[in-house]
Amino acid sequence: MPEPVIELEGICKEFPTDPPVRALSDVRLRVERSDYLAIVGPSGSGKSTLLNVLGLLDVPTSGSYRLDGVETTALGDGARTRLRGSRIGFVFQSFHLLSRRTVVENTMLAEIYGGQSRRGRRERALAALDRVGLGHRAGFPPERLSGGERQRAAIARALLGEPSLLLCDEPTGNLDSRNTDAVLDLFDELREQGMTIVVITHENEVSERAVRRVRITDGVLAEE
Amino acid sequence: MDIRDLTGEAVAAITVRAARSALTTLGTVLGITTLVITLGIAATAGNQIVGRFDELTATAVTVEVPENDQEIVAWDALDRVTRLRGVVAAAALAESKESANLSVRSNLLIDPTRVTAQTLTVVAASPGLPGAARGRMVQGRFFDSGHVARRDEVVVVGEQAAKMLGITRVDRAPAVFIGDHAYTVIGILGGLRREQSLSSAIMVPPTIGRRFGLRHVTRVLVTTSLGAAELIARQAPTALSPGDEGMLQVIAQTSPTRARDAVQNDVNALFLILGLVSLVVGAVGIANVTLVTVMERTGEIGLRRALGAARRHIAAQFLLESTLIGLTGGVIGASLGIVAIVAVSAAKEWTPVLDVRLGLAAPVAGAVVGLLAGLYPALRAARMEPVDALR
Repeated sequence: MPEPVIELEGICKEFPTDPPVRALSDVRLRVERSDYLAIVGPSGSGKSTLLNVLGLLDVPTSGSYRLDGVETTALGDGARTRLRGSRIGFVFQSFHLLSRRTVVENTMLAEIYGGQSRRGRRERALAALDRVGLGHRAGFPPERLSGGERQRAAIARALLGEPSLLLCDEPTGNLDSRNTDAVLDLFDELREQGMTIVVITHENEVSERAVRRVRITDGVLAEE
Repeated sequence: MDIRDLTGEAVAAITVRAARSALTTLGTVLGITTLVITLGIAATAGNQIVGRFDELTATAVTVEVPENDQEIVAWDALDRVTRLRGVVAAAALAESKESANLSVRSNLLIDPTRVTAQTLTVVAASPGLPGAARGRMVQGRFFDSGHVARRDEVVVVGEQAAKMLGITRVDRAPAVFIGDHAYTVIGILGGLRREQSLSSAIMVPPTIGRRFGLRHVTRVLVTTSLGAAELIARQAPTALSPGDEGMLQVIAQTSPTRARDAVQNDVNALFLILGLVSLVVGAVGIANVTLVTVMERTGEIGLRRALGAARRHIAAQFLLESTLIGLTGGVIGASLGIVAIVAVSAAKEWTPVLDVRLGLAAPVAGAVVGLLAGLYPALRAARMEPVDALR
């Protein structure tokens, strides 16, 4: 049996305020390859903290987090950054596309901090854009794209470099229902191609499309 | 991270904010321009001033002979100076207090309605005077060694003196009376560029000068070729008076290099300070704008961290951006400065003097300013936590 992509055990996260805030409390989670998981919960429930821990943007106070079998909680800042760059593709609610740089340039950005060769980078980026159905917009600046197209460009950027995990933070939060459907259809396709997807959302429409749902309430995670 | 990717990202970040980047370079442009103009104009002007000194003063050597009953410099010793390499012309003069105020008239008639007698200086001179004093014969000729040897009673009057005496032509051999004795005027000396007082004097051959108590040489004028003045100033006393050279006083232009240094130092100090101040202001400007840019680009920094950028990648990018802005300012400033130097030189008809190292060092200085200005903003950017930057 292959290693799970994500394996959380007893994850706690406390913020050193006065009094201390416990954002995550003894979180256990296992995400297998090609899983499509939705994490739902109201605002303030610890969703964002869990996303930061999963995305290696923040370290838990205690517990164990294995990504592709690599124990991450003991890693230093540099090693964690490298692991994040190579294994996790991020999709943000606000897209985070660089303005006045073309869509393909924005996509290519995903590769510059890794060790990948510069040779064929543009072709790989164009292939990723084709994969999300945005090949015809490669030379456009993000300002001239619709919201859905922008999010698809951001997904193409996240897919470049073949990450183990697509980590999406409210990916449809800024989209209308038609664009939301398009992005969710894309997630279904990617999952069929074997991509592991974790979506954090508070929208039922999004979470219902996922294969698995977990709910977080006051830092406690429960399967639904 | 590939250095080409880093450069590409920095250049892209500068060019997408073209207007802001251009304004940011302005301070550095001003500073570097001021510095280049200051250094270039000082060097150019310094050389022009030296050029002017060269033309007249730097070729003049004067040897003063102290008054003495004994003869220190013989009249014929002048030949030894003339033979020195680098001497263009030399002449000996004899002046004395007694001969400084002699009554001179152009005729013997006593006309009560006019002042006919002029009080003029009589000077004994050797035949080389027109060349040594850098004058020219306005009319007639100067006396030569033949006149001297024959003890001819001839005189040459200065241009000013001729006007005072009413002498306008010499072809009819007019006479002047010094005391009661008549002397033939054979020439009028004018256009003097040295020893301009001779213009209102009467010059007589040394053999005639004895009559007015002008026995011994009191001054020797030497005109040298360009650059020989210093050497001649050392050699002339020995040539004139072997054994007594210590008694002679030599007056010559100080070394031209020293004159140039003094001029440059005066001009430079103030403008150098001005240029450095502008450069500091430019650096503060870059630091300020880069800091604002870092705050604006928080989201971008977070994204880059999420994409796997280490802190040093973030710092390197912002440092490179500010360095490139400084470098651009330096290149523009150096170009503007050089154009200004050439323009000023053209207007003043100077030869522009440009140190090649200045043209190379100026852009480097701009880049260093940018690098220093970027240190703090880059540190701020690198210290951001990805979690905070993405919020």
